[in-house]
Amino acid sequence: MVEINLWSGLRRFADGKDRVEVEGKTVGEILDDLVRIHPGLGPVIKAGVAVSVDGEILPNARHAAVTEDSEVFLLQRLRGG
Amino acid sequence: MSKIHVTTTVNGDEAEFLCEPRETLLDCLRDKLHMTGAKEGCGTGDCGACSVTVDGRLVCSCLMLGVEAEGKEITTIEGMAEGDTLHPLQRKFIEHAALQCGVCTPGILVASKALLEKNPDPSEEELRYWLAGNLCRCTGYDKIIRAVMDAAAEMRGEAA
Amino acid sequence: MALDGKTSDYKQIGTTPDRPDGLDKVTGRARYGADIHVPGMLHGVVVRSPHAHARIVKIDATKALALKGVKAVITRADFPEGLEGEDWDIQENCMAGEKALYDGHAVAAVAATSQLIARDAAKLVEVTYEVLPCVTNVDEAMKEGAPVIRDGAADYSVPEGLHPNVVRYFDTGRGDLDKGFAEADLVVEKSYSTEAVHQGYIEPHACMGQMGSDGRGEMWVCTQGHWFIRRMSAAVLGIETTKLRVTPSEIGGGFGGKTTVFMEPLSLALSKKAGGKPVKIVMSRSEVLRSTGPTASASMDIKMGMTKDGKITAAHGTFRMQGGAFPGAPVDVTTMLAFANYDIENVHHIGYDVITNRPRQAAYRAPGAPMAAFAVESTIDDMARELGIDPIEIRLRNAVKDGTRSTFGPKFGPVGLVESLEAAKAHANYSAPLGPNQGRGVASGYWMNWGGETSASVAISEDGSVTVSVGTPDIGGSRASMALMAAEAFGIAYEDVRVNISDTGALGVNEPTHGSRATYASGLATIKAAEECIGKLCQRAADKWGIDVDAVVWEDGAAKPSGPNAGDHDPLTIGEIAAEMGGTGGPISGHYEGSPTGFSGSFGTHVVDVEIDPETGHTTVLRYLVVQDAGKAIHPDYVEGQFQGGAAQGIGWALNEEYIYGEDGRLQNPIFLDYRIPVASDLPMIDTVIVEVPNPGHPYGVRGVGETGITPPLPALANAIRSATGLRMTGLPMTPPKILKALKEQGNG
Repeated sequence: MVEINLWSGLRRFADGKDRVEVEGKTVGEILDDLVRIHPGLGPVIKAGVAVSVDGEILPNARHAAVTEDSEVFLLQRLRGG
Repeated sequence: MSKIHVTTTVNGDEAEFLCEPRETLLDCLRDKLHMTGAKEGCGTGDCGACSVTVDGRLVCSCLMLGVEAEGKEITTIEGMAEGDTLHPLQRKFIEHAALQCGVCTPGILVASKALLEKNPDPSEEELRYWLAGNLCRCTGYDKIIRAVMDAAAEMRGEAA
Repeated sequence: MALDGKTSDYKQIGTTPDRPDGLDKVTGRARYGADIHVPGMLHGVVVRSPHAHARIVKIDATKALALKGVKAVITRADFPEGLEGEDWDIQENCMAGEKALYDGHAVAAVAATSQLIARDAAKLVEVTYEVLPCVTNVDEAMKEGAPVIRDGAADYSVPEGLHPNVVRYFDTGRGDLDKGFAEADLVVEKSYSTEAVHQGYIEPHACMGQMGSDGRGEMWVCTQGHWFIRRMSAAVLGIETTKLRVTPSEIGGGFGGKTTVFMEPLSLALSKKAGGKPVKIVMSRSEVLRSTGPTASASMDIKMGMTKDGKITAAHGTFRMQGGAFPGAPVDVTTMLAFANYDIENVHHIGYDVITNRPRQAAYRAPGAPMAAFAVESTIDDMARELGIDPIEIRLRNAVKDGTRSTFGPKFGPVGLVESLEAAKAHANYSAPLGPNQGRGVASGYWMNWGGETSASVAISEDGSVTVSVGTPDIGGSRASMALMAAEAFGIAYEDVRVNISDTGALGVNEPTHGSRATYASGLATIKAAEECIGKLCQRAADKWGIDVDAVVWEDGAAKPSGPNAGDHDPLTIGEIAAEMGGTGGPISGHYEGSPTGFSGSFGTHVVDVEIDPETGHTTVLRYLVVQDAGKAIHPDYVEGQFQGGAAQGIGWALNEEYIYGEDGRLQNPIFLDYRIPVASDLPMIDTVIVEVPNPGHPYGVRGVGETGITPPLPALANAIRSATGLRMTGLPMTPPKILKALKEQGNG
């Protein structure tokens, strides 16, 4: 199991939780599992999120590997000027 | 609409073009003579990117009509270097990294040259006020001021 | 990728050679967007709404089309229907559909044989409007009864009960605010506002589009990112992306504003309608100000708690931003980064993205960060004063460092905030004596930077010189940085490297020069592609020597035998290998593609001294210091240039620049005379200190430096004004009339 930390505004789509345990070996797999567990998060993921894995911010990397020990945060989609 | 024939001198060479009375000198330089070194940043005389000299006087070519160039001596950025030899201002701009995007650079070089011809030893304050009509959004002006001061010193024969 | 290049002993990195495009740019030869001229070219002019909000009842182009020389008129009817999401937003912004949503919104466009004819024809396009009530202020737009700009624009995030103009809602944070505020000895609450400002690049948008009836097209355009132009134009026109090839011109500034499309798809649509003739469109300055950019305006409430020794115990911010008539105000970034400088356990942000009758906002240097910095860093300054703690000291007590958990979740790696604060403290400016009516302000800022999709190639020429092809337009000297990195990697002379900015046909997808990513990402790509070349060069040497490639090393531009079994061979230089490459296996090139994620943010600290004229309220900037972490400065002159340019833009935002709308929703200052950006006489020299805390995610330790610098000036100026006058200015810009009024009220009070 991998633990995903949600930002506070997502609690209302995840039964009030700010951490969700999911299955998966890549960012894509854990996001898919997150939506399976909490379908209310579907539009959030579809709209685009960044993910940080062990401090490294991955703006768009479904292929990136995660392990059970990874510290994973969902972050809002990013853009620069 | 009938066009007017204009004969003028640009960077020492005779140049002729046909223009409508409402066309600016800048449009005529760029679109008719294909000298695109002068840029239009505003069209209202506020940014100085279109700076040229007319009979030695610094002007915004967007504020002058093409027909007013008749019989005048115009110099533009394209005439600043002598052959392969850059003007000291041009050289110092490269050396001091005084440009980032470079779109204001032709106007600032033309304006700076006009200043140094009047005043070979400007103070920083005099230079800043002289260049207040030339907008640069990239550099914060610091390296531009340093480059012009350094070029002026070199032109005065002082060691930089 | 942990600093797997070199960490010291650089031969090229850190030197300051002349930029490769310098000669073209000081002689007027460099070709910018508007400098193109091709045979048979038509000129396009856009017809724009004079109303802030109006139903388009009818567009009659009969008279325009009757004018001799007019070849095409287009309206929204010439574009495909059925787009969704951001694609629809972009199309609607490029050309209004049922309603004009802001003053300056495009409603039609004309192509003619000359620009004068096109301008005349544009005036002859008759548009019948039904004018609707408008709203341009963010707080007004959220109130009950405010005109609804577009029903149904809100996304999933917006809770019920909010005005339909609230289109996105953000709620982020962690910890226990009540507990945090209970631990505080001092709690301060204050509201702030910032105005919309424009990126203000000196080169107006310009493009030339050509498209035939087969839907194939070409475009020349000044842009930060031509793949973005290609994707967005294709979406707006409903064509396949690869049917369009986009070539970037030199770019006269962008600052985020040239990362999207405005009139580019219109030139293509006009061209197609005019039988495939190329159509050039060049915006006027007033079109730029009315219809492109600007950044969002913001209205903010901050509440912070501190112990008496200056440790932040809790922080809460509410950020309301309008980004024009479409979703996209950068509140998402604001609600991540508002308090990111500091180690805070209990922190919460609320954000509202609100639509109004203003032009669609575009990214502007560190989008979303400066507004929040103004509010947060001003609040911290007030608290430091109240607690009697030095402003740098209070920041040091809370500054994030390697291992600190960020306010947005993940832990920081090595970052340079503490180093920037220490360097600012040690700088002579921080102890320079101040006179009457003078004051000093300090503020820190952060930008998290960016990697992004990147594709680059490096090819060896027959004489051993090197061509680097990248897809990120050079806005501020990046060709020089790429050439330095390539020269360093190969161990050859800087002059032996040529850097090209390739068009969309020559490389894979590249994101724009945005997010402070060019030197980081295209630089990393250049180094990786060079390393691939070096591997091949070593192989050719190994083949020639009849030894294993593992017994070959690359040093100082040559392959050398290495190790006990390598044998005795004279080094083979890159030139020698290249001269024979056709007969030893063919051309040698290297390539990199990826979305590198090892970018790391850049912190900075600014110190400014001002003098306030009590008679006029005018602020003179006396001294200005920028200290910022560059990771590793590749070409220090251009790093300083980014610091200085960011500071100057921030000074303009703080003191002078603003979008001024009338009651009728029309922009009142759409020329540079009235929208006044800083001029040379407004500014002093801008002192710089480059801090270098290497980024482990780049072979040479680079961090992006472009954006951070615009963030601290807003609060630094406000804090300096407070120091000089005792006035806490909570609304930008801090213009002379506003300061004078506040001084008078202070005198009366």
